[in-house]
Amino acid sequence: MADKRLRILVAKPGLDGHDRGAKIIARALRDGGFEVIYTGLHQTPEMIAEAAVQEDADAVGLSVLSGAHMTLFPEVIRLLKERGAGEIAVFGGGIIPDDDAAKLKQMGVRQIFTPGASTEEIVKWVRENIAPRV
Amino acid sequence: MGSKKKWLETTYRQASERPVRFSTVSDMELDPLYTPGDVTGSYDDAIGNPGEFPYTRGVYGSMYRGRFWTMRQFAGFGLAEDTNARFHFLLSQGQDGLSTAFDMPTLMGYDADHERALGEVGREGVSVSTVHDMAALFDRIPLDRVTTSMTVNCSASILLAMYLVVAERNGVPWERVGGTIQNDMLKEFIAQKEWICPPRPALRIVADMIEFCARKVPRWHPVSISGYHIREAGSTAVQELAFTIADGICYVDEVIKRGIGVDEFAPRLSFFWNLHNDFLEEVAKLRAARRMWARIMKDRFGAKNPKSMMLRTHAQTAGASLTAQQPINNVVRVAIQALAGVLGGVQSLHTNSMDETLALPTEQAVTVALRTQQVIAEETGVTNTIDPFGGSYAVEALTDRMEREATGYIRRIDEMGGMVKAIETGYPQREIAEAAFHFQRQLEQGIKTVVGVNKYSVPEEIPIATLKIDPAIEERQIQRVRKVKRERNSVAVREALARVADACRSGENLMEPICEAVRRDATVGEVSDIFRAEFGVYKDPGWI
Repeated sequence: MADKRLRILVAKPGLDGHDRGAKIIARALRDGGFEVIYTGLHQTPEMIAEAAVQEDADAVGLSVLSGAHMTLFPEVIRLLKERGAGEIAVFGGGIIPDDDAAKLKQMGVRQIFTPGASTEEIVKWVRENIAPRV
Repeated sequence: MGSKKKWLETTYRQASERPVRFSTVSDMELDPLYTPGDVTGSYDDAIGNPGEFPYTRGVYGSMYRGRFWTMRQFAGFGLAEDTNARFHFLLSQGQDGLSTAFDMPTLMGYDADHERALGEVGREGVSVSTVHDMAALFDRIPLDRVTTSMTVNCSASILLAMYLVVAERNGVPWERVGGTIQNDMLKEFIAQKEWICPPRPALRIVADMIEFCARKVPRWHPVSISGYHIREAGSTAVQELAFTIADGICYVDEVIKRGIGVDEFAPRLSFFWNLHNDFLEEVAKLRAARRMWARIMKDRFGAKNPKSMMLRTHAQTAGASLTAQQPINNVVRVAIQALAGVLGGVQSLHTNSMDETLALPTEQAVTVALRTQQVIAEETGVTNTIDPFGGSYAVEALTDRMEREATGYIRRIDEMGGMVKAIETGYPQREIAEAAFHFQRQLEQGIKTVVGVNKYSVPEEIPIATLKIDPAIEERQIQRVRKVKRERNSVAVREALARVADACRSGENLMEPICEAVRRDATVGEVSDIFRAEFGVYKDPGWI
């Protein structure tokens, strides 16, 4: 298991163009030894779910800074399940208030990182919590 | 002057230094001391008096002794009437100009009822899909007296058209309408990343607007050349300065190519800078920007009118510098950043609210932010004398250095064939991503400090109140847009949209056809769809 490199899809759903965080995380995960695919901006939940399946991702990291997280996160999870890929872990970050983060976790989002989280913390979390899909 | 070298080798060496890296937030290393020998250029050539070339000390002769800067808080959320209420509140609190934040669908050219707008309507700004929304947004606001700034870029032509149609319906002729529209598409591709079509047609639309405003809306600033977003995306101060001025050069080139004289439009170009934490670096950046623009306009473009050489600017404190941790500390950051703006000589200022890393600001938080400007203006005394930092060895040396380093970047961009080519190869985008990553690394290694985040953190945060946007407004706005679409004369709309498409193809100025289309109730999304069909859609190359 340890031989297979984890494959992480870093995705920017929605319309906002704030990709500073997504790019830093993508680079840090890559430096951390994972295989990283970055979708680029302005992706629909369909595009993300499709890419996650096509690319055989082990996890999807979503970055949302537009306030649309309560719509976009659950939609990605729903579409992954619809494609029989519900085991792909979804985590994410952005401007997400604590009470929304709690709700998102109940909806199946594995972890939410908010402003101030270090890349080290995120890389560590991925390493400890994401297992390669079999 | 050998004295500094000698002092460094003797007196300074005897003292001990803290074991840290003495560099700005942009990681520009600084000397322990600046002396007269560090300042290049003579007073008359490089600095000059306020209101005189090269405007290093300020664009106006009397600066804040004449009048304060315009206190202009950016606001927008929910439905048009929600934001209209916030506008009236801000004006009642002593704010003198309006500044509109639109939501993401409006900014990206989608109507509220488009599937891509799902979950985003009214979230990050106000939703405007039709001219009726624009009318509600500016209800009971005298458009001939209050100047308005609109932060919108790829759909700017449509929103400006709607604003002008609302003004004419309120009996205000276009000649009397004053304000600014951001409309800086180059920095969108570089940093903020809101776009519809690719860079070249996007630049053509911007140039159409500059030309149209010069002829028909003479009090309007048709573009606000923006470093703000470049900095927020993680650039250094020098990169912000360099890429922004290079964008300005590209716009001027583009309009001149149409056979329009530089002095016919350049006096209406305006700028927008970021105000970050590093106090001296920011003051120096603003002073260097004015000097660079003045020299470029005079020497490179042969401007004769001094107004073409004056860099007049709005500025905003750095959103990315605010912390979600111990958010009340943000009040202090904003105050210091705003002070740098004032000591840097800005004409208009937005101060961020302490809660903006968490959500859009509450009315209470916005009030504190506005009061911060009023305290600087009316209590601190810094407005009594013009450019008090002028002649400071450190600030003058930094001003020189910022100009020198930024000029190096601009030369490189010129060698690439200009900013559009540079953007197409991803050059500024990569430079910024590199700088952002470098800063993040320095933060995680403790080389740079953010109070309350990587130092002086507390285990339990005290929550502060945040603004909640009612999700029900999305449905209300969708119904409203659908009603307009149902009730309008659809034949008239189709004809008007066809004229916009014709203008896209023929090269005729787009603004009059767009004004006519929105007059007939064509929507933001429909006009944007014409751009998509005629010019194509730009896709993010997704460089990491």
